[in-house]
Amino acid sequence: MKTFEELDIRKDLSYAKTHEWAKMTGNLVRVGVDDYAQSALGDIVYVELPSVGTAANAGAAFGSLESTKAVSDLNSPVTGKIVAVNDALSDSPELVNASPYEDGWLVDIEVPDSKEFDALLKSDAYSEFVKTLDDEHS
Amino acid sequence: MSQYPGARGLAFKEALLWERGRKGRVGISLPERDVPRSELDAGLVGDKPELPELSEVDVVRHYTRLSTWNFGVDTGTYPLGSCTMKYNPKVNERTAGLPGFANLHPMMPEDCVQGALKLMYELERDLLEITGMHAASLQPSAGAQGELAGMLMIHAYHAHKGKQRHKILMPSTAHGTNPASAALCGYVPVPVQLSPDGVVTPEAIRQVMDEETAGIMITNPNTLGIFERHIAEIAEIIHEKGGLVYGDGANLNALMGYADVEKMGIDVMHVNVHKTLSTPHGGGGPGAGPVVARDVLEPFLPVPRVKKDGDRYSLSSDAPLSIGRLHSFFGSFAVLVRALAYTRTLGKRLKDVTEMAVLNANYVKAELKDAYNLPFPQPSMHECVFNDALQHKQGVTTLDIAKRLIDFGYHPPTVYFPLVVDGALMIEPTETESKADLDGFVEALKTIAEEAGTNPEAVTNTPQNTAVIRPDEVLAARKLILRGEMPR
Repeated sequence: MKTFEELDIRKDLSYAKTHEWAKMTGNLVRVGVDDYAQSALGDIVYVELPSVGTAANAGAAFGSLESTKAVSDLNSPVTGKIVAVNDALSDSPELVNASPYEDGWLVDIEVPDSKEFDALLKSDAYSEFVKTLDDEHS
Repeated sequence: MSQYPGARGLAFKEALLWERGRKGRVGISLPERDVPRSELDAGLVGDKPELPELSEVDVVRHYTRLSTWNFGVDTGTYPLGSCTMKYNPKVNERTAGLPGFANLHPMMPEDCVQGALKLMYELERDLLEITGMHAASLQPSAGAQGELAGMLMIHAYHAHKGKQRHKILMPSTAHGTNPASAALCGYVPVPVQLSPDGVVTPEAIRQVMDEETAGIMITNPNTLGIFERHIAEIAEIIHEKGGLVYGDGANLNALMGYADVEKMGIDVMHVNVHKTLSTPHGGGGPGAGPVVARDVLEPFLPVPRVKKDGDRYSLSSDAPLSIGRLHSFFGSFAVLVRALAYTRTLGKRLKDVTEMAVLNANYVKAELKDAYNLPFPQPSMHECVFNDALQHKQGVTTLDIAKRLIDFGYHPPTVYFPLVVDGALMIEPTETESKADLDGFVEALKTIAEEAGTNPEAVTNTPQNTAVIRPDEVLAARKLILRGEMPR
């Protein structure tokens, strides 16, 4: 697992404490897991994603990531409708490890407004939060 | 490394059955057909499955060779934490194999099986003596089913009281099966945080216990191997709010002859006979996980239960509040024979078992405390939990340490559990290991810690002594091959 110094936490993204990132464009929120999550889980071997058209609820699971260590829920940072999923992950789950912020994105969620998105952690606050986790483990 | 049991011997390679097979080879020759040929229903005809074609000797050698790659408690030290992999004395097997036991049929009339019923009754008595509880049922056929039985009893108790509850308290040191058993009863697990010294505190319980909560599932000693010293006070808080206490009996090996489960305030507990009472670990096969209960829960115990009336034993299902049967017939009877053989071989010396189990764990802990990080240094019971914090800096993980240990001829400890410790290495030597065996095990782990500092590759690129070296778990999981194929 990466140390705090090695982590790539992107400035232009928002984050949930359950280690999902979110980026809003228009009324779409793209969601993935961050570098901390992919590094903590280790090699991802299977990604379970919802069907397009299903509902996503903030704080609730919308899918799961399976690594050789464990199966972990993916929690939605916002409430809305799943309008796209990253189909490439069914054949290449390793994209989540190799490129968590680009090719390893998970779903696009259509949202009614930006309220929940605005309430997510900004990168500075999220970095602080991750640092406290890093301190706990060392 | 010559002082360790691990060494290279002549290990046979073994191909998959499909690779061994040759077209037309058969294990038995069927007699010639002496009835008229009849055509199959067209709907049943299709491509045949690609099964390997093999002779009898092909099959025997295949499985015999694979069996030489096995490791078990009869082979060597097996310190798998929380699993209590103690040696299974052969007298148990001998006893279970006596024709009077082995040839019993479950549908025989009660008059013909008085001895078997007496055995079950006496095992119940022994379990009650060991735990201090009031009543027992031998129905559950595994630890996890015993757990489920206990939770169903708690569920039935609340239903009988007229008000079902929907939550259950779950300390972070719980076994993974605990939340699953509770969820099957419709209870939502509510996590309970651990104190810095690795136990559940009355304060933590007071914060979460309410009248919507059915009770708590608690393991004592917990999965860190630490005794829950507040257990009685915790039980009191639970009882005051009308809840019940489920005791996970997985770690009973640390308590025999020393602790009274009923006095701890526990209302129902399962007993893993394959852990504490030396019956074989089933590998998913038939086992036994009897439940013992306090008087308030006796009416809810699974049935049938053995009743004694004068000198006569019978099976009774006359218990209107019972959660009912857990399977057909009376459980894995031969396992119960083994358990009674064990309790009767040792008698009051079961107390020595606990003493030796605790002593062995603390010996290993003391010997290894400088070589490996000990996240909870509090006094241990029958197991201790290290992690890879010291080795991680060199890129050596818990998994690498576990794999390297195989080269030395020891089964690895439990890894990455309990979840409250990052990279946990959970060691439970049990009482059956001699000091010489423990010294070898400890030296092997010290050597690995040294290697991690000086030559990390010696640890990460392992095991090397096994017939099959380290599998690529990631590739295996990503590119699943679940079907054999004839070589083309």
